[in-house]
Amino acid sequence: MTENEKKATPVQEEQKTELSRRSLFGATAAVAGAGVLASQLTDPIARTAYAAGSDAPIRIGFQVHRTGIGATYGKWYERTTNAAAKYINDLGGMGGRPVEIVAEDDGTDPKRGADVVEKFATQHKVDFVYGTLFSHVVMGSSPRAGELKIPYFVVSEGHHVASGKLNRYVFQPCITEVPSQIYAVSKWMFSNLGKKVAVIYPDYAFGYDHRDYSMEAAKKNGGTIAAQIPIPPTETSFTRYFTKIPRDTDVIYHVMVGPGVLTFVREMGEHFGSRRPEIFGFIDSLEGVDINSPGLDFLDGTYFWEAMPRYADGYPTAAEKVYRDAVGVNASGASKSDSKDVSTYSHMFGCWETMFAIREAVEQSGYRNKRDYPALIETMEGFTGFNEGIAHPQGPKVFNGKNHQCYGNQFISKVAGGKLNVVHRTSIEDGMYDSDVDYTKMSL
Amino acid sequence: MNRRAPRKTAMLMAGVLVFLFLLQFILPAYHHSTFSKIMVLASYAVGFNILLGYTGLMSLGHAMFFSTGMYVTGICVYHFGLTGIPALGIGLIITVFVSMLIGAVALRTSGVSFLIVTLMFGQTAFLSVLYFDQFTLGQDGFTLTKELQPLVLGSTSFSYTDPNFKYNAAWLLFAVCLILSNLLILSPIGRVLIAIRENEERTQMLGYNTYLYKLFALTLSGTLSGLAGSVHALLFSYVGATFAEIHHSIAPLLWTLLGGVGTTLGPLVGTGIMHYLIDFTSGWTSAYLLIVGAILVLLVIGAPQGLMGMIRQKWMQWLP
Repeated sequence: MTENEKKATPVQEEQKTELSRRSLFGATAAVAGAGVLASQLTDPIARTAYAAGSDAPIRIGFQVHRTGIGATYGKWYERTTNAAAKYINDLGGMGGRPVEIVAEDDGTDPKRGADVVEKFATQHKVDFVYGTLFSHVVMGSSPRAGELKIPYFVVSEGHHVASGKLNRYVFQPCITEVPSQIYAVSKWMFSNLGKKVAVIYPDYAFGYDHRDYSMEAAKKNGGTIAAQIPIPPTETSFTRYFTKIPRDTDVIYHVMVGPGVLTFVREMGEHFGSRRPEIFGFIDSLEGVDINSPGLDFLDGTYFWEAMPRYADGYPTAAEKVYRDAVGVNASGASKSDSKDVSTYSHMFGCWETMFAIREAVEQSGYRNKRDYPALIETMEGFTGFNEGIAHPQGPKVFNGKNHQCYGNQFISKVAGGKLNVVHRTSIEDGMYDSDVDYTKMSL
Repeated sequence: MNRRAPRKTAMLMAGVLVFLFLLQFILPAYHHSTFSKIMVLASYAVGFNILLGYTGLMSLGHAMFFSTGMYVTGICVYHFGLTGIPALGIGLIITVFVSMLIGAVALRTSGVSFLIVTLMFGQTAFLSVLYFDQFTLGQDGFTLTKELQPLVLGSTSFSYTDPNFKYNAAWLLFAVCLILSNLLILSPIGRVLIAIRENEERTQMLGYNTYLYKLFALTLSGTLSGLAGSVHALLFSYVGATFAEIHHSIAPLLWTLLGGVGTTLGPLVGTGIMHYLIDFTSGWTSAYLLIVGAILVLLVIGAPQGLMGMIRQKWMQWLP
């Protein structure tokens, strides 16, 4: 046994015993629960002193969407990342070394994304690459990360990592991917809103995940998909799509993103009026958008998935408060310095948490330089989860070291009184599924 | 034309290719990889330049040809388990066919109408990529990392991910495209294409079937673009819808305009400068495209014929 293995956390210790999946979840939840309690009482993050002298900073290459379609997310991802780096440095850094963020804009473009990974690895000579959100950029960048053999931590929520399409160097340790989100919230939706669901989704990759996995979720939960309505990403008028929704539909499930979403909601209101079915949406549609924006009145009384509640009273834990303050977000989910600057609160926590996951992997593997990549990757693959606390304010996570993907709690909120109000929090088990993906079989 | 021009041209092109070949031994890792990509993209621009620079036809749908080569090759590897060379060959054949087919229709128009028709074909190709997502995997695309087998030549095996292989494969592609474009321009067919660019009616009056010549130019242009797409898929292991978007049709236009429309070296110069311009300026500000745009506007005003065009005008009139 190596020195690193001797330092296994309680979470890692769990992995060493042969447990059934259910008991593993139970045990993980118990550990996570203990973490929650602990985090309310005291800061659970160990402080480390900077090692004196020779220790250069750990450089993390941050692939940020400063421009392009992901710019709104990118702005908040960058703020969150900088806040996490500051917090970690105040705690003593990673393994006693300060953290330095090296940011490069990828233009939310896979072509540029691969170049940025190259630049990080061979020119900036960073230790890790991190922070990509849009799934097509992850797809475009990950082959190069694998070729360069540099660990690549994404915060994307796409299914690409768990699908097994990528390589051993790519991890998504702290944000749940879309199929898991769908399974988790669908269980509640079919039980509480109705069994016949019409799915409206954007006619490209992000939408296809919702199209495909909502169908599977319906089968699991005794529901039916009454209609699947793709809308081209360039569409500007939506009324004709609403006519395709069968009259006896119980729930409209919508996942619209991009600038057309305000028109989409307004036209949906004009079409259905007060005799509307229940409506359930994914907050991706309204990330960075004030819920009180003109034209969104029709959303009153509808439901949304949130990964992390935008409003402070949605999940009022001490850790959440520390995180919210650190990233500069007020109780309504907007910037403290500009109330019109609404955050992407349901995604950006992934940056904060991933930074701490990297920290944990660095410290447990004893990472010093690139020669230690195999140890760092094997350490990360040995993780079975993360406790809730300041490092993981969104909630506990179960981490599957084989498919490099985490699974967490999700929230369902109802729009009422001009804000999002949490009505349900799913369990981690709600979003779990069997996976036969095993990156650990790939060589390093 | 100066009678010694072909000889000078041959020496210059040989010099450029030798220089590019030797460059791999001194470039640092990042620039080594960057130059591999630049040479592949410059090959795409060489293809585009045959149509715009020498035939006078501006296409806004060339990403369709690039992505045809890329997707056919990628799908052959990803879905059907082919190795790189057969997949490349199939990509090439399909691109020739697609280029001829598109050309046969689009060349019924000219001028702005041709621009619009190619734009529409390009958009159709892009939307097809999204629509047939069971093969193309939609916007996300797919990687070839796991599926692509090494290239085996005799008893030697080459990994497509090896930086040296990548550089030399990109160099070989660019060399083929550059030599082909020079041979074309110096050939009688090339002279007819230039004549069409200068005055199509007069060329027709001289007895040439300009439609067939233009179809030949478009087919060759599309084929070189598709070949670049196929090689890009194999060397960089990613196939995605971004390569079918309109931006990727505009890119070779900008590279060619910057480097010099109607010069065989212009596409390489333009692609290289544009790549590094974006690379450097994006490190300073998120408004880098504004800076790039401003520089392009200044260049177009100061040197409307592009950098190599300006050099040809002032110092090297024999430059093809």
